[in-house]
Amino acid sequence: MKLGHNTHGRLIIAASFLVALVLSILPWPVWTEQFRPDWVALVLIYWCMALPTRVGVGTAWSVGLMLDVLYGSMLGENALAKSLIAFLAVHFHLQLRMFPRWQQAVVVLLLVAANNLLVLWIKHLAGQAPATWGYLTPGIVSMLLWPWLFVILRDIRRHGNVN
Amino acid sequence: MLQISGWQLRLPSNLTRFVLLALLSVGLMLLDARGHHLQKIRSGLTVLFVPIQILAAIPVRVGGWLMDLTRTDTSLREEAERLRAEQPILHARLQKVEAIEAENAHLRQLLGTSALIAERAVVAELLEVASEPYRHTVVIAKGAKDGLYLGQPVIDTYGIRGQISEVGILQSTAILITDPGHAIPVQVNRNGLRAIAFGTGTLDSVSIRHLTASADIKLGDLLVSSGIGGGFPFGYPVAKVKKILNDPNEPFLDISATPVAQLSYNKEVLLIWPAKSVMPAVTKKAADIKKPAAARDGGSAKREAVPTGTNAGAGFPLTQKNPAERKKPVEVSKPAATSPPTEAPNPAIAVPAKPAEGAVQ
Repeated sequence: MKLGHNTHGRLIIAASFLVALVLSILPWPVWTEQFRPDWVALVLIYWCMALPTRVGVGTAWSVGLMLDVLYGSMLGENALAKSLIAFLAVHFHLQLRMFPRWQQAVVVLLLVAANNLLVLWIKHLAGQAPATWGYLTPGIVSMLLWPWLFVILRDIRRHGNVN
Repeated sequence: MLQISGWQLRLPSNLTRFVLLALLSVGLMLLDARGHHLQKIRSGLTVLFVPIQILAAIPVRVGGWLMDLTRTDTSLREEAERLRAEQPILHARLQKVEAIEAENAHLRQLLGTSALIAERAVVAELLEVASEPYRHTVVIAKGAKDGLYLGQPVIDTYGIRGQISEVGILQSTAILITDPGHAIPVQVNRNGLRAIAFGTGTLDSVSIRHLTASADIKLGDLLVSSGIGGGFPFGYPVAKVKKILNDPNEPFLDISATPVAQLSYNKEVLLIWPAKSVMPAVTKKAADIKKPAAARDGGSAKREAVPTGTNAGAGFPLTQKNPAERKKPVEVSKPAATSPPTEAPNPAIAVPAKPAEGAVQ
């Protein structure tokens, strides 16, 4: 019974990450590209905050690696960035839960910005740094989306009885 | 916490796990970037993720299908009309091109160099999948089974789009010329001045670096692929110069150019298989290239024989091996005379490494 319950929750979490991955490569008009929120990071932050015992650095690393494969970037690039996010989110999950929604959103902005900065550094080391300042916009869009996404994921968690 | 026969096994802490995985990531990145040891693993994983890509491509597919459904009869008729009007013009141009090609081949024969041989091209569909932020890549619905290879040029009806950077079994990834990790050797169509066009990360511009203020380059100049490096065949349009900034404090001009290929449109692309004769030049050592053509064994004798001999022998003598091998020496020694001193042998030799680098990143 316990195991069944466990796998059920695992499926829901996996499905949410799958949706995030699809959204990450869903094509939009080119000019909107720099406003694409970091879906994977948003979902990851939510689960790390809500269920730090189930979703943590390991999950983040695997999902990041999947993102690397989908994007065709260097293997390990997004994996590292996403594990950083997960590490920070798990480490501060108690504080995060206490924060009002808007304050959480600011933390999301900081986390996504840290993620993007890390990716940018790695790209720079590899000699593929872009000549744009566009790395802050995904963080801002993610921040604006956070309150809504939080509610959606919380409802999914409660409805699916994932804990 | 796990308890195994009295021993207490503590699961590693959050921080330890993070540090271990970070090290693992760095190791993976090094393996991937430096040695390309992970190519096999990566293409295996890519196949696993094809369903996700297809899932992501569905909305655009459905959108396009709906658009087709709602298109009216008149608009279709108009389009057919337009295409019908366009066709004779294109045909007329093609006639001229064929004549010019033949003439060009003849002249090159006289010079003892090989001409470009007609290339094989295949139309390929793009999979509507967004690329990583800051990168410009597209997924092409053709793979190793269709004969695609790493570094293969990808063009559209207007000019060069990029090159294949990853070959999967069913689909491959192409890196666009505007990707920040890409560089393509070009030359100014007007005077043959050589340069390298670097991707900038914005879809509407590539930047030309390392040209000094004395370089003969103007606004509106068309940049075509120079064929150096062997990755891209010679003579395909790449970009048009749109801005030249001459800052006296900087050693080089700041030039940006607009790609002529329609990079932002999700349409079909053309994959080309450049003529084999262009390829061997890449592997030639610099010393070999610098050697004058006449000094090479049998070179001088052949040169005298070429104009009459081959013309009489075959209607299309360009496929011959010997002239092909001699092509590069003549071509490469040319820029020293035509281009300013800043364009000394350095770029010419440095160029070949660049596109390959772009291909693998």
